[in-house]
Amino acid sequence: MEDHYQHLYEMLSQVEGYIYPNEIELQWGILIVLYPYLTGLVAGAFILASLERVFKIKVLGPTYQLALITALSFLIVAPFTLISHLGQPLRAYEIMITPNGTSAMAIFGFIYLWYLLAVLNLEIWLDYRRDFVIWAKEKKGFMRGVYKVLSLGTSDISPKAVKLDDRLGYIITVIGIPSAFLLHGYVGFIFGSIKANPWWSTVLMPVIFIFSAMVSGIALIMILYMVVSFLRKVKIDMACLDTIAKYLFYMLILDFTLESLDQVHRIYEAEESFDILNVLVNGRLNITLFIFQIFSGMIIPLIGIGAIQLFKVREQVRKIIYLLTGVMVLVGIFFMRWNVVIGGQLFSKGFHGFTNFKLGLVGSEGLFMAIMWMVLPFVILAFLLWLLPPWKKEEAA
Amino acid sequence: MPAQINRILLLFTAFIGLFLVVRHFLIPETFGQYGHYRGASLDDISSREMVFADKEDCFACHDDIMEILENEMHAGLSCLICHGPGREHVDDPQLGNINKESGREFCGRCHDIHPSRPLDVVNQVDIKTHHTEKTNCIECHNPHALWEGME
Ligand code: HEC
Ligand code: HEC
Ligand code: HEC
Ligand code: HEC
Repeated sequence: MEDHYQHLYEMLSQVEGYIYPNEIELQWGILIVLYPYLTGLVAGAFILASLERVFKIKVLGPTYQLALITALSFLIVAPFTLISHLGQPLRAYEIMITPNGTSAMAIFGFIYLWYLLAVLNLEIWLDYRRDFVIWAKEKKGFMRGVYKVLSLGTSDISPKAVKLDDRLGYIITVIGIPSAFLLHGYVGFIFGSIKANPWWSTVLMPVIFIFSAMVSGIALIMILYMVVSFLRKVKIDMACLDTIAKYLFYMLILDFTLESLDQVHRIYEAEESFDILNVLVNGRLNITLFIFQIFSGMIIPLIGIGAIQLFKVREQVRKIIYLLTGVMVLVGIFFMRWNVVIGGQLFSKGFHGFTNFKLGLVGSEGLFMAIMWMVLPFVILAFLLWLLPPWKKEEAA
Repeated sequence: MPAQINRILLLFTAFIGLFLVVRHFLIPETFGQYGHYRGASLDDISSREMVFADKEDCFACHDDIMEILENEMHAGLSCLICHGPGREHVDDPQLGNINKESGREFCGRCHDIHPSRPLDVVNQVDIKTHHTEKTNCIECHNPHALWEGME
């Protein structure tokens, strides 16, 4: 009992003004910030891959497989953030076997499975099937078996069969684009449909989530492509890198416009919630919103990459600008998620007070846990790049 | 049918089949009996050991206090709100196994002045300045008989 009072008094000391008792402690912490961040990277990377495949932007060729494999690595990890947030890993499967048809969160299970199995895995498999067959012949011992299994026992690599792979892969990518939008749009939908929360409740939310997802996914692939090329000591295909940056620029403009529209609309409407949001934005969120999300996450990258579109810039300088702006964009989008998820819980739904968010270091909701889920996709990515090296593919072609 | 389509269909059929089988075994029998949950969970929950005890349980032994309290301004409060859910104490009454907090902050949870708290529901004092000659509220106000000996 003593502990409870102690805890309550401690929490109360962070409260300002008048808030409801159930608002004192934030229910959604950093893991729920991370979740839309990770799925956003997945959706963004996938969209970049489909630019090459469906929209026939062939210069992006060198990053096609990289983008798909990155999407897969992040998609595998994304649900772990939710599971460790909920703290009941042994019951996690129940959402799949007894889903509640009217719950947006329950439907996620199916969108996720659909996207993982029917879209991403299939597309990667079809793309690599021919290589699995070839590698299974080249390799010896254990790895031979692995590639045999991966090829699912198919062995036909005649031009006709490969053409069919390509056809099927194309169809799946076409289906995959709306699926990627669905996967990430649904996260925005969940926030956007919480009508009691004026910081979240807007129909633009899913759209903003999708565009910011594309921004972050493209920035990630841009950086990964540079890093992977550096590690492999091969020359970067500048035409490809420039094109990625160009698309990043376009997406940044769209994202910036949409987010501004959302805010301008909010300011012009100035509903009764406006005053508290005003205090929120200028107080507890001012660093994460104005500095990280808008200034270094949007404006600086827009200027940096925009300048490259306008002026002739030396290759070495371009690379540095891409690297820096890429990192800034990734940090910016992370804080965009932060401002949505954490920001929406900081103010009282009675509009008369604030609470505070204290990020713990350890524990299942702590910073270390979040860092672990952020690093794990890169480990999986490294493994997948070793197992399914896109560059070996090129050689065989 | 081309081999790759064949394999994909086979794999998906196997996956869906496996899913249905697993689902069949994992869904509890009474699921959906009353609603979107396991019907038997109601019995499970009701058969759990109680950790809660309040007024009715206290009466058996502390009827004296309850009688005083009944005619007092704190009459509307349950014992629980100050003493906690005292199941352990009811099963084995001892000194010290039930919450007996007092003090300025404790009473201040309800009585400290707070602009959003209506005065006609709870009378309020500034616990930082109200009769600071004694530290603890209960040195003057008996929590069960508030004005006892003060008139
Ligand atoms: C079975 C009889 C019994 C019941 C039921 C019971 N008590 Fe007690 N309680 C006692 C006895 C006996 C003592 C005094 C112990 C002593 O003096 O050794 C006591 C002491 C207390 C004390 C003082 C403890 C202390 O550490 O000074 C409180 C407070 C108290 N009871 C509250 C309650 C409340 C609240 C309930 C109802 C939830 C309750 N009791 C139910 C028998 C009971
Ligand atoms: C307003 C809060 C409050 C409520 C309501 C309340 N108590 Fe108490 N009670 C106290 C406090 C504070 C003490 C400690 C007094 C002390 O330390 O001398 C106490 C002490 C006691 C004691 C120990 C004996 C004594 O007189 O010091 C018993 C027994 C007790 N309460 C029973 C009850 C029962 C039974 C009820 C419900 C009918 C109840 N109390 C409701 C605050 C409360
Ligand atoms: C759960 C909330 C709560 C707690 C805790 C509580 N009280 Fe009260 N108190 C009330 C209510 C409700 C009334 C009756 C309504 C009113 O004050 O006008 C009341 C009445 C009083 C009164 C009489 C006020 C008057 O107008 O005559 C006094 C004195 C008092 N409490 C003292 C205390 C002390 C001392 C404590 C700490 C041991 C305490 N209270 C703990 C809720 C509480
Ligand atoms: C030194 C004795 C003493 C202490 C300690 C004390 N009170 Fe009082 N309290 C009184 C007296 C006497 C009154 C009658 C009105 C007055 O003098 O302010 C009173 C009045 C009250 C009232 C009614 C206020 C009103 O305007 O009618 C409340 C409520 C109250 N006290 C709560 C508390 C609380 C809570 C504490 C602990 C923080 C506390 N008291 C500590 C002596 C005390």
